[in-house]
Amino acid sequence: MSPRLIPAERDPAGRRDSVLRLTVDGEPLEGVAGQTVAGVLLAAGRRAWREAPSGAPRGVFCGIGVCFDCLVTVNGERDVRACRRRALDGDVVTTQARALPGGGGEGAR
Amino acid sequence: MSRHVAVVGAGPAGLAAAAAALRAGARVTLLDAAEEPGGQYHRMLPAAFAATRPERLHHGWRGFDRMRRHVLGHPRCDWWPESAVWSLERSAPGDPRPPRVHALRGPADGGRRERHVLAPDALVLAPGAHDRVLPFPGWELPGVFTAGAAQALAKGERLAVGDDVVVAGTGPFLLPVAAALLDAGSRVAEVLEANPPATVLRGWAGRPWELAPHHGKAGELAAYGALLARHRVPYRLGRAVVEARGDGRVEEVVTARLRADWSVVPGTARTVAVDALCVSHGFTPQLELPVAAGCALRRVSAAESYVQVDGDQLTSVPRVYAAGEITGIAGAPAARAEGLLAGWLAAGGSPAAPESHRARLRRDQGRAFAARLAAAHPVGAGWPGWLRPDTVVCRCEETSYATLCDAAGDPAGGAARTVKLGTRAGLGPCQARVCGPTVAELLARRAAGTPGHPVEGLAPATPHHRPIAQPIRLGELAAPPHPPTQTPNQHEEENP
Ligand SMILES: Cc1cc2nc3c(=O)[nH]c(=O)nc-3n(C[C@H](O)[C@H](O)[C@H](O)COP(=O)(O)OP(=O)(O)OC[C@H]3O[C@@H](n4cnc5c(N)ncnc54)[C@H](O)[C@@H]3O)c2cc1C
Ligand code: FES
Repeated sequence: MSPRLIPAERDPAGRRDSVLRLTVDGEPLEGVAGQTVAGVLLAAGRRAWREAPSGAPRGVFCGIGVCFDCLVTVNGERDVRACRRRALDGDVVTTQARALPGGGGEGAR
Repeated sequence: MSRHVAVVGAGPAGLAAAAAALRAGARVTLLDAAEEPGGQYHRMLPAAFAATRPERLHHGWRGFDRMRRHVLGHPRCDWWPESAVWSLERSAPGDPRPPRVHALRGPADGGRRERHVLAPDALVLAPGAHDRVLPFPGWELPGVFTAGAAQALAKGERLAVGDDVVVAGTGPFLLPVAAALLDAGSRVAEVLEANPPATVLRGWAGRPWELAPHHGKAGELAAYGALLARHRVPYRLGRAVVEARGDGRVEEVVTARLRADWSVVPGTARTVAVDALCVSHGFTPQLELPVAAGCALRRVSAAESYVQVDGDQLTSVPRVYAAGEITGIAGAPAARAEGLLAGWLAAGGSPAAPESHRARLRRDQGRAFAARLAAAHPVGAGWPGWLRPDTVVCRCEETSYATLCDAAGDPAGGAARTVKLGTRAGLGPCQARVCGPTVAELLARRAAGTPGHPVEGLAPATPHHRPIAQPIRLGELAAPPHPPTQTPNQHEEENP
């Protein structure tokens, strides 16, 4: 019923997974070393983790760092593209709503 | 002293450019925002997966692996992974040097990346393209992915985006995406090509000799076709997803038959239950770096521009070469040929050498292939018929179709820039990367009445001008470059 990782034992690429642990909005979440933050969230069955300006849910759309739909806060830093950032053991991830125009995130584009 | 060539992007085009520049005797700095080389086509698994058989996931793995090892291990090559080029700084007028390259090295969007500045003798730009997706009601629902996202997640993270998936849009790219989904264990309900058989056949048939050099590609496509047949996945032409529905995530899609111009044939709608939808209506080149360098663009339509290059892959800016999907969408082999030529000439290789001749030949074959691809899989002019007044056009700012039409219809304010400011379309975090081509096309049509016609007397809207090509934090911007501007790679001359 949801996105998921191909089990390592059935993966023709011959993966040898090692576990990593994140905290997402205060909850512990297990992932596999090498996954992006988006990969960990998707593999845990989550499709959405951000709010658009209207409050509508968003998750991954482009998967390669172009659409900025998947932004999260990692270890206190806002506006990190979850599809581009490799998850590291112990990362603290919080989901975020889009900052109000003129306020919030320090990112310049 | 040999030339120093900086190559931005390590996909098929950039990697080939680096290889050719090394062969021509240059010192090379190869940069890519990703951790591994390969770009979109040879997307590698993360090293931490410790995969024992990575070649199982790739076409042409052996050639790629050889090239990658040769280039990255070459004593005259500096490989800079996780290095995002965020700005190109043009030289002063009269200064013959190419723009200086500003890069941030470190984890994506991290706040403490190192700033680096390169001052190369020549620059090869090969940043590739991303999916183009036309809007339709519900395309902003979670569970709707670009086809490229599904491909990247399956190939690069071994992740299936859903259990029951529809793949829709236009182009041969839909086939490898469906194949990757099947491989990842998804059920693919159907693959929908929006163009009808007549358009696709007319595009691909005729002048068959032009296809002969691409038998590799044809074989790849045939293999995908066989795979779909084996899994009993229907491949339907002249049909598209015109709506996605669901409560907080996609639960079903509405598909409909299309006429040749992509207008919906009434009474042909069908709903299909899905938990993921993958869509692609072609590709958009990543033009911010070429635009920052001052490269002239070749405008194909209101929605489509590419970097203009001459027969030597040289852009309008001296010593700046362009290769791969930024010059036209033609697939990995063509990108590789362009890269070979660009890298060789950027390094000072002779234009008359057999190397140049061979690469030009293959590049021209690639261009012929691209022309057929474009003819066989055009975007029909009737797609705005899918839109409703409340359909989101700009995903970031949630600008609706009605808001955009109102602004465009205003006789005083219909110009692209005014519409942008009035509706905020294109002003969100993605800076119009996703909605840019759509907004440009809709505005051009409303202004001129005919599709694709530029507005008389107005500069064409270029959605690609972004002074900052990749996000940089203010703290990083304030920090001094590390080390101060350098010409890297202070190796002694050595024999290749
Ligand atoms: C998501 C996606 C998946 C695809 N998958 C396939 C596939 O499976 N099969 C297929 O036939 N075609 C695929 N394609 C089509 C693909 O674009 C081409 O076949 C081919 O990869 C193009 O080669 P290229 O070298 O021009 O660009 P790319 O392969 O896109 O390489 C460009 C490289 O430049 C880097 N880059 C871009 N901007 C910067 C910057 N500012 N700073 C530093 N580095 C930068 C990127 O990280 C990337 O590695 C895919 C396209 C997309 C968008
Ligand atoms: S999904 Fe588009 S930027 Fe991450």
